Amino acid sequence: MSVLPDSIKHQVSELAKRYPHKQALTLPICHLVQQESRCVSRAAMVEIAEMLDLAPSQIHDTLSFYGFFRDEDRPLGRKRVWICRSLPCMLRGSEELLTEVCQRLHLSPGDTTDNGEMTLEVAECLGACEGAPCMLVDDELLLNVDADQIVQLAEGNS
Amino acid sequence: MSESYQPVLLRRVGRPDSTSLKSYLADGGYVGLRNAIAKKPEEIVQLMIESALRGRGGAGFLAGMKWSFLPKNNTGPIYLCVNGDESEPGTFNNRVLIEEDPHQILEGIVITSYATKATTAYFYLRYEYGRCYRTLEKAIQEMYANNLLGKNILGSGYALDIYLHRGAGAYICGEETGLIESLEGKRAWPRIKPPFPAVEGAFRRPTVVNNVETMACVTHIMDKGIAWFKSIGIPRDPNNPRDAGSYGPKLYCISGHVNKPGLVELPLGVTARELIDKHAGGVWKGRAAKAIVPGGISMGFLSASELDTPLDFNGPGRAGCLGLGTAAVIVIDDATSMIDVLYNTCRFFAHESCGQCTPCREGTAWSSKILQRIRQGHGTMDDLTTLEDISKSMGTIPGTTICGLADGAAWPIKNALKKFRPEFEEYINSGQKSESRELAIAH
Ligand SMILES: Cc1cc2nc3c(=O)[nH]c(=O)nc-3n(C[C@H](O)[C@H](O)[C@H](O)COP(=O)(O)O)c2cc1C
Ligand code: SF4
Ligand code: FES
Repeated sequence: MSVLPDSIKHQVSELAKRYPHKQALTLPICHLVQQESRCVSRAAMVEIAEMLDLAPSQIHDTLSFYGFFRDEDRPLGRKRVWICRSLPCMLRGSEELLTEVCQRLHLSPGDTTDNGEMTLEVAECLGACEGAPCMLVDDELLLNVDADQIVQLAEGNS
Repeated sequence: MSESYQPVLLRRVGRPDSTSLKSYLADGGYVGLRNAIAKKPEEIVQLMIESALRGRGGAGFLAGMKWSFLPKNNTGPIYLCVNGDESEPGTFNNRVLIEEDPHQILEGIVITSYATKATTAYFYLRYEYGRCYRTLEKAIQEMYANNLLGKNILGSGYALDIYLHRGAGAYICGEETGLIESLEGKRAWPRIKPPFPAVEGAFRRPTVVNNVETMACVTHIMDKGIAWFKSIGIPRDPNNPRDAGSYGPKLYCISGHVNKPGLVELPLGVTARELIDKHAGGVWKGRAAKAIVPGGISMGFLSASELDTPLDFNGPGRAGCLGLGTAAVIVIDDATSMIDVLYNTCRFFAHESCGQCTPCREGTAWSSKILQRIRQGHGTMDDLTTLEDISKSMGTIPGTTICGLADGAAWPIKNALKKFRPEFEEYINSGQKSESRELAIAH
């Protein structure tokens, strides 16, 4: 039985026209899969490898390098929130922000809330330093954030 | 001088509907492309060499010169990779340009592709820039619908596709050969050079890699001409045959302890002091600047006595920094501990080193551990010597590593220990402890 939905297989054949080598589809496909299923499972990895004529270990090698993808043992919550900790954000209170959020939600970076609403992560510079401290919610940047905003996201009020 | 400067790259920011093709055309857009296709590709390469446009991505290499390194009499595809990985702490100019005025960049991409005879342009965009991605997707669709992309662009006979490619959260994908490996679907391990990408790049084909802001400059040079471009900035030093000058407008990102952080466009060569006082509302809370980062944390630090350094391609180097980098100025006030600042910097590089060169993998990891120890009140004077040794042992300038990340990791250490040494010694001798912020240390 196939674990990848047909919608993804269809997109893959479109994307394949863009690159001279199939391996280049690794990141685009893994993004699609993780968006849909909140992780890239080992079974999905094997199927992706088959589609691209690669060994599953080649997919794993790439995926594990980026530290962005989750396997089925640690899937993402419905939202993924990244708090930036690089220098410009640190100078404007991001470490204190991270500490407060972790205390109020009883989480460590990398964890997901019990209600499955939100995964909390720490990020390096998100490219929005003019709005420090800032965060990324999935792939949308939010500038000048505070702990209340993040706690509300975790409670599903957004 | 800088008060009277009228922005060019940022001129459309904040206008209603600034991202649409319609408004871009109404503001005179795609004239540069029309000028370009009236010329031969080789003429445009020559024109860019004469303009002395230097890449805005960090290294400041002459754009036209890089294009001229592509093999002559090439058969088969040539690629352009647009570097939108922008991850150097402090840097956000590419993001604002794309979010606010995507066609200005896309026009530069078509001109560059035409000049280099590229058949496909890959726009590598960091994953975090979701809004940029969606803005570009829409703009590219508008271009296909209006004969600005695809076959026979504006009747020129030239054909081009632009494809967006999203990263997955790794700083090293910004290094040009790391970017290429990542595009190919592999881990982003930078390649040993030579061969340079112009000879063997993406998919083993000749490839040009250029930054997003560089593309915007190309658009305006084709529109307004070389004389306009060279009337801005700092001319080349006639006594230094190797100086290419610092011509044109530059986007400066200002962050950290200022009243008004943000993005400003000024002629290359504005001083750090002027940026802070005139364009960023001064240092916050009535404090003074203790240090500034001149161009992203890889470049090191300027001390309070060096604030009059002009931020052109040469200025920061004369003050002992690595260079202008991304022109991202981070202001650090006098209530901040340089131990915390350097720790944050070292931790960043330890996290982002790709790990394939031993001096970089070990050097970044150990410098970060040593600084954590100092911060926690367990440092010794020997630690400062070890840090210095580490900073001298890694980098492309000593020639021990494959890419420039290691130089970027070494420079802040060198500068901090040279320019702020008494603070480090005092901290260690006093047995002080930084309030612990362990959560941000983890991972
Ligand atoms: C560790 C490292 C990270 C880099 N990150 C970026 C980046 O995010 N964006 C960028 O344009 N250039 C980056 N560069 C510079 C690129 O390697 C390359 O010089 C640049 O993209 C060329 O474009 P330009 O000539 O238009 O500046 C980085 C270099 C290094 C060593
Ligand atoms: S210098 Fe560092 S980041 Fe660059 S290739 Fe070597 S290990 Fe990787
Ligand atoms: S340091 Fe946080 S966005 Fe740049």
